[in-house]
Amino acid sequence: MCLGVPGRILSIEGLVAEVDFWGVRKAIRLDIVDAPVASGDYILNHVGYAIRRIPLEEVAETLALYEALIRLAERDDLMARDVRGEIAAGGSSAGSALQAAGGEPGGGEIGGGDV
Amino acid sequence: MSERPELPRLEFRDPARARELVEGLRLAVDRVEGPPITLMHVCGSHEQAIARYGLRSVLPRGLEVIMGPGCPVCITDVPEVDEAVAIARSGARVATYGDMLRVPGSRDSLADAQAEGAQIDVVYGVDQAVELAKSSSGELVFFASGFETTAVATAAALLAGVPSNFSVLCAHKYIPPVMEIVAEMPGSRIQGFLAAGHAATITGWGVFEGFVRRQGLPVVVAGFEPLDILAGLLRLVQRIVAGEATVDNAFPRCVSKDGNLRAQRALWQVFRRVGGCWRGIAHVPNGNLRLRDEWAALDARLRFRAEIASMARQAPSALVSRCVCGEIMAGIASPADCSLFGRECLPSDPVGACMVSMEGTCRIWHRYGTRTRPSDRVGGPR
Repeated sequence: MCLGVPGRILSIEGLVAEVDFWGVRKAIRLDIVDAPVASGDYILNHVGYAIRRIPLEEVAETLALYEALIRLAERDDLMARDVRGEIAAGGSSAGSALQAAGGEPGGGEIGGGDV
Repeated sequence: MSERPELPRLEFRDPARARELVEGLRLAVDRVEGPPITLMHVCGSHEQAIARYGLRSVLPRGLEVIMGPGCPVCITDVPEVDEAVAIARSGARVATYGDMLRVPGSRDSLADAQAEGAQIDVVYGVDQAVELAKSSSGELVFFASGFETTAVATAAALLAGVPSNFSVLCAHKYIPPVMEIVAEMPGSRIQGFLAAGHAATITGWGVFEGFVRRQGLPVVVAGFEPLDILAGLLRLVQRIVAGEATVDNAFPRCVSKDGNLRAQRALWQVFRRVGGCWRGIAHVPNGNLRLRDEWAALDARLRFRAEIASMARQAPSALVSRCVCGEIMAGIASPADCSLFGRECLPSDPVGACMVSMEGTCRIWHRYGTRTRPSDRVGGPR
């Protein structure tokens, strides 16, 4: 029952949307969706209720986040190679590198729980 | 009509990006000496994706990912199943999610009751159960299981209005409190949690800030595509390497800090949190969702007052005493540690709840053959 499935709204009538899930059409209720939706929007469906409008720009944001994490991992490794032997406890320096690179991309949310 | 945008789903399965993330994980894990880094996720959908895409086989050796109490079917407690069985036997029609059918109670499951003639309907969601009630004259009880993501649907249906022959036998559970229980279990080796993106879609990632403060363990909210999971694991390992306990959101396309406020309003209008037992885990303070007093008229527990005490006295089978589902859900054991797994306990004839549900660790491991290396034996040699 836990599978959340993204789909695209084809039409809306009242609180019910006709949603296309990669070829499968289903009526989905809009009672608790988090934001106003329109035809063409992507939503996350859970047991017949839309629980989230998925803004396409945030899809790009997630992909950018992955790129950042990958770059971070690679850079950390290079850095680690350079400083290995010089810094005995590398944890703290790696920590600040993480903060700097991944901590606060404006508007992004990774690291958002950080102080 | 404009060109259909490229399907986002496919981008989140891009093999090139996946390889880069795996390489990133390897680099990060290599920087840690000593025993493997142990991470826990708390979601059946995460486990399914990990198993289906074979992610464990590409993870570095120094990283263990274990599934915690993330299957709502598996942690539905025995008396809750007994209540549903008793209500079904009393003549009411019971509608529930498919996975709930074969979960054993003290002795019997809903499937057993069905075989004896009780009327059980499998539904995709609560709305279908409401429709069944509208089209029938007798009592219809919706046996409602699932975490907050599923509970909000039940709440919305009640708020929208249901017919008088409809009632709810509520077994909904609330995830955040159980993470504390598992993290504090003696022998726990968990160094970080991968939180379920869909539950956090409702509650928001902010709900984990208290946990992180109290436990000093990092939490990363992650989605369910292969790249989502790899990115979430990478972020967790990076936090562990850096010694940082924070909440990160690696699923920003669905999860915000505050979550879905409209859904939360519906949830707390209908439900309140109470303590209760999770099967195989423990008593979890605030871990159960129950109907608020205002909804008592729709509470099947009050409408039927099922006699379950006699069922609880029935002796469980000898096999049940060897079942380690509880330890598996607590992350202390894996299916490979269980003497019943794949032998006496099979999907066709399950002993424990983890083999019943499509989201149960044992069922998933059995289906995808997730026994890849000696370290999968949590209790075994390293």
